[in-house]
Parts: sequence; structure tokens; C-alpha cells
Amino acid sequence: MIELVVAERCTDCGACIEVCPANVLDRGPGGLPVLARVEDCQTCFMCELYCRADAIYVAPDCDRRVSVTKDEVLSSGRLGQYRRHSGWDEWADQFPNEQWLMETVFRRAGEAAAQSKAERPDVSGRK
Amino acid sequence: MTKSLGRAEKLSSSAGSVVFDADVLVLGGGPAGAWAAISAAEHGARVVLADKGFCGTSGATAAAGTGVWYVDPSPERREAAMASREKLGGYLQDRRWMARVLDRTYAQSNQLADWGYPYPSDDDGRPQRNSLQGPEYMRLMRKRTKQAGVTILDHSPALELLVDGNGVVAGATGLRRQKGDRWVVNAKAVVIATGGCAFLSKTLGSNVLTGDGYLLAAEAGAEFTSMEFSNAYAISPAFGSVTKTLFYSWASFTDEQGSVIPGASSKGGRSVIARALRKGPVYAQLDEADAETQRHMRLSQPNFFLPFDRTGIDPFRQRFPITLRLEGTVRGTGGLRIIDDGCATTVPGLYAAGDAATRELICGGFTGGGSHNAAWAMSSGYWAGQGAAEFARQLGTTIGRQAFRRGTVGLRSGSGRALQGGPLARSVQDEVFPYELNYFREAGRLGGSLRRLDALWTDASDADAPDEEELLRAREAAAMLATARWMYRSALARQESRGMHRRDDYPEPDDRYRHLVTTGGLDDVWTSARPLASSQFSEAAE
Ligand SMILES: Cc1cc2nc3c(=O)[nH]c(=O)nc-3n(C[C@H](O)[C@H](O)[C@H](O)COP(=O)(O)OP(=O)(O)OC[C@H]3O[C@@H](n4cnc5c(N)ncnc54)[C@H](O)[C@@H]3O)c2cc1C
Ligand code: SF4
Ligand code: SF4
Repeated sequence: MIELVVAERCTDCGACIEVCPANVLDRGPGGLPVLARVEDCQTCFMCELYCRADAIYVAPDCDRRVSVTKDEVLSSGRLGQYRRHSGWDEWADQFPNEQWLMETVFRRAGEAAAQSKAERPDVSGRK
Repeated sequence: MTKSLGRAEKLSSSAGSVVFDADVLVLGGGPAGAWAAISAAEHGARVVLADKGFCGTSGATAAAGTGVWYVDPSPERREAAMASREKLGGYLQDRRWMARVLDRTYAQSNQLADWGYPYPSDDDGRPQRNSLQGPEYMRLMRKRTKQAGVTILDHSPALELLVDGNGVVAGATGLRRQKGDRWVVNAKAVVIATGGCAFLSKTLGSNVLTGDGYLLAAEAGAEFTSMEFSNAYAISPAFGSVTKTLFYSWASFTDEQGSVIPGASSKGGRSVIARALRKGPVYAQLDEADAETQRHMRLSQPNFFLPFDRTGIDPFRQRFPITLRLEGTVRGTGGLRIIDDGCATTVPGLYAAGDAATRELICGGFTGGGSHNAAWAMSSGYWAGQGAAEFARQLGTTIGRQAFRRGTVGLRSGSGRALQGGPLARSVQDEVFPYELNYFREAGRLGGSLRRLDALWTDASDADAPDEEELLRAREAAAMLATARWMYRSALARQESRGMHRRDDYPEPDDRYRHLVTTGGLDDVWTSARPLASSQFSEAAE
């Protein structure tokens, strides 16, 4: 769930408030987003993607709050990680869309499954 | 805001709501809704699209990304693509629809390329169009929707449909969550593209998907089909939301003591995992992926690794606890029944697309992901938009037409006790999450569950509309409840195992059930059997 907006980085652009599908954030005093309904957060990481200032940290736990400090998050290298690896905005050239690799992954998954079935003929798996 | 009393109430444009007039109203702004809106606009309609969240980031595709059933138009390849799915789906598919969807998906994907979607090329420079990066795809779809002249209402969940005196759909109303008021759209046709129902299980991007469109449509009299194929469960880390089961093809599964669980696997052995989870924690480790595969996984699906990188787990070298999250109809196949090639439902003026509509036509009784859903969303979206635009055009002028609210549970005044969405949603989850109820089905357990769900429905129907802030939660919970009842009634009616529907008491497929189960109703839920289109044709030919 979303845990932190780093105030020093935030430019008050409002993008996260607008794009959050679950309407978790409200506009606070001065425009800084406030975590108004964290319990509604669906841990989809979309707000991180749309934050050009890399100011948002979504913790991976989707069922409970975890406590993180600003310093931990700042030094973790995780801020902006998803945006970068997704080749979003200015990262498009450095991290191009490589979804096509999924095709190979799919094929290999099929081969792996076929192989493990051959190795375990006693297990009659159903879909 | 006035509450509706009795069956229907005449629409009065009250203070605190914004009123729009449109030819076509699209509910939901995932891929199906966006394609529907663009298609309706291209066919000459004035279109409004209302999304519960934000069109572009909301829904299962935006957060997860999808493989797409994009197959070269060579006859052999198409034939192989169709044949490969038939056994999985329990031979309930319709070849004609499969062929149409393959054609349409091919056209829509190439359209995306023309619009500038950055389809990658493989090492030999061949463009790869069988997979879409979710956020990128949906950002583009939002842009194209706007460019098509569609008015987008974000953070604007629909609450109920409007119908005219003849039962023809006439629009809908809903909330504007960030404006604190309501919207009313008077429209000549409505497309339901609100996605499936994942019962707030936190499966990736899907908590906005609570079956709202099903409830709205049912209140106007719509029917459903294949709702028994609604028990898709996906693997995720126990603590996290990223349900990408495919990558677990390389996993070994172990119990608390670290012993390998015999037969456990992401494909074919998921039921073993479900059984093991009933006894205790289950761990996975992706130790069978070689270095090359690991690299491909990272590059192609960055969000798969977020939960691991952020908890300091190396999924290839360390084991981590997993769970199975219910995805209901999102990666199931049930939904609104489609009665023609334009994706019309049984209610005049009401169309359905994407996960909100049945996918039995191309998937039969099984999807579990793997590109058909995405293909269906683009294809059915395109057809529903076209069908709705055509309906609106033929309807002509509707000036002076009266519109009545069709909403029921959570929108009326009743016993004086307000409907509480939170507790109701949890009660529904208690009936649909447990593997012994939903994954492994059996008459006695299904019956017990239905009795409890029916009692919850009676209770909810008696309750008062809650406050404005609680209204959405209450309607979502009511939609989940209604969905659960259609699911389990249909599951009870199918006394066999087929597709993803498995019955402990009828573990094998039974030829007498090679038909579709149709369901509907609110206070009284009914089911009936419908012959497959293919068998109707062959009977006619005899
Ligand atoms: C983790 C995951 C991975 C998947 N992978 C694949 C894959 O590889 N291949 C594949 O084919 N399929 C896959 N699927 C399924 C695929 O994502 C869906 O089939 C697809 O998103 C359906 O599109 P849709 O437009 O019908 O619904 P969605 O994309 O879910 O969009 C529905 C929209 O309706 C809105 N909405 C809901 N209620 C209301 C309301 N009351 N009023 C207004 N709007 C509302 C929501 O906010 C949302 O924007 C996957 C699903 C998941 C969860
Ligand atoms: S998107 Fe980022 S910069 Fe913009 S308001 Fe949100 S946190 Fe601040
Ligand atoms: S993770 Fe998703 S649901 Fe949570 S705040 Fe960010 S955008 Fe909203």
C-alpha cells in the first residue's frame, strides 16, 4: 500500500491524485497530496508511474500498513524504480518496451510444463 | 438527493448533479470501454465515458498488462489457435466467434501500431504484436478516446441505470467522487464495460472490479451466462498484489518444513497448491529459471519484481510464502449474455463488452489469462460501440422521453438501518474466497453458502441507502453479493466438472452438460440450460 509522499521532492502537480484508480489521495494544504484513504489502496503502483518527481513510495504489502521512514526510502534506491524499469517518460530510450520477450517466456513456460509432466507421469493435473 | 421509492422513480434533475445528454454512454474505461467509446464515436455517436477510477490507469489491463491473441491470418495458424483452446474450455466455444475475434483483434492491434503504440521488434526486427504493456497501452487509449471527441468522466462510478417507460435503457447516474456531486447521463444506448468481479481480493489492479455493471444490468432485467466459470485463482506472494502466475512455471513449491509438495505446479497442479494452503503455508522459489529466462522476466515484466526487490527477497534463490488470490470473473469467463454480433444484451439499448460480457464464445469454460481476454476486450469493445451507435441512430429523437431509475439495493429507503458496505463485502468474501467452497465445489457446501448469501441479500434489500460517502461501498458490496449468488446457482446447476468449474461430487465431464448455463434475477435467482450455437446449427441441418 502507498506509504509515503516525500514532501521535498513533490512538486504539487496533482497527477497522483488524478490517476489513482482507487481515489486514495486528497489534495492537502498547499497542494501536497495526503494519504486520505490508504485502506482503499490496491497496491497497483500506478501513482509511482505517474509521479515525474519520483516522490511516491508504495510498499509491497497489500493487506497491512508497514512503517517506513523518509530516510530509508530515500536511500533505498526504490523511488522511481518502477518508472525507470518500465521505460516511462524520459526513460523510454534507456529501457525500451521489451514486452515481446513474454513470447519467449510463454513458450519456455510451456516447454518447462511439458517436461515436468513427462517427468511426473503419475500426476494427472487438471486445468 | 431523493431516494427512489418502490420500483422506479421519475428522473428529476435535482441540485448537486451535472446532467449530460449523449447518444451512447459507456460505463468503464478499461480497454473494452475505451475501444467501445472510440468505435461509437467513429460511427457517428456523441459519447460520454464514465469510469469509477481514471480511464488510463484503472482496471486489470492498465495495472497488469496483457498477452494478446494476435495470430497471423494464415488459415493453418488460425485453425491451430482455435483448436488449441477447445479442450481447455471444455468444448463450449463457438468457432464462428473465435474466427471473428481473431480477425478483429488483428485489425485493432494493427490500428494500435498506426496510432504509435511502441510495439517492440524481436532480434530479427520482426514487430511483435502479441503482448501489450498495460500502462502504456491504456495511456494511449485514453489519448485516442479524447481525440475521438468522447467526454470522459473520471472518478465517476455509475450507480444505477435509467430506463424509459418501455424498458429501453435511457442512461445512467453515478457519483463524481472528487467533485462531491452526482452525474446523470441521458443516453440512447449504454455499453457496460465495467470489467469483471474479483471480490476485492487485491489481485493486481482489480479492486475497482466489483461486478457493478452486472448489478446495474440485472436491475434492468439483463441475463448472464457461464457464471459458474468464475473461480479463477492466481498465485502471488502471500503479502503482495502481483498475481502473475505464468512466472511460477519455474517454481518449486515447498511446505513449512521445506519438503517439496508433490504435484504442485502453477499449471495443472494449482489445485494441489490450494489443498496444501488449507493445511499450512506454501512457499515458492523460482529456482528452475535459467539466467536467460531470469533476464527476460525482469525486462518484460518489471512490476513482477517490485514485491521482491522491496522486501529484499531474491525469488530465484530464496523461497517466499505464496497465496492464491481469487480473480472471479476477471480471469473467469462468465458475464452478461450477448445475443447478437453487435454485443447487445437481452435488454434493449444495453450492450456489453470486455470482462463484463461473457467470454464463453471464445473461451468456453476456461481462460485463466493467456491473451483471449485482451482479444475479447478489443473486439467486443469495438462491436459494442458500433452496435450501440447504430441503436442510438435508429432510435432517433428522444426529446421528452421519461427516464426512470432502476437501482435497487442500497439506493432505496427501507427498514431505517443503513446498508453497510464494508461488513457486507467481508461476509461475501467469506463465502467466495475459501478454496473448499469455490475452488473445490460440492452440492452440500454450495447449498449452505447460497442459503447464507440469500439471507444476506434479503437483509441488504431491506436496508436503507447509506450516506453519500458510503454509497459506493454499499453498491459494490451489493454487486459482489449478487455476483456470488449467480455464480453458485450456476455452479449448482452444472453437475459435472468442466473448464475451470470443478465439482468434488461430479469429478468428470458429462456430455449431458455440454450446454451453457444461463442465470439472472435479483430476489429470486434462476438458472436455465441453453444449447450451444453449434448444436443448434447441426440440429437445423439434420
Ligand atoms: C494480473 C492479471 C493479469 C492478466 N493477464 C492477462 C493476459 O496476459 N492476457 C489476457 O488476455 N488477459 C489478462 N488478464 C485479464 C485482462 O486484464 C482483462 O480481461 C481485461 O482487463 C478486461 O478489460 P475490460 O475493459 O473489460 O475491464 P478492465 O480493464 O478491468 O476495466 C474495467 C473498468 O471499469 C471501471 N468500472 C468498474 N466499475 C465501474 C462503475 N461502477 N462505473 C464506472 N466504471 C466502472 C473500472 O474502473 C475499470 O477502469 C489479466 C488480469 C489480471 C488481473
Ligand atoms: S505526482 Fe508526485 S509530484 Fe505530483 S503531486 Fe503526486 S507526489 Fe507530488
Ligand atoms: S498504489 Fe494504486 S491504489 Fe494505491 S495509491 Fe497508488 S495508484 Fe492508488
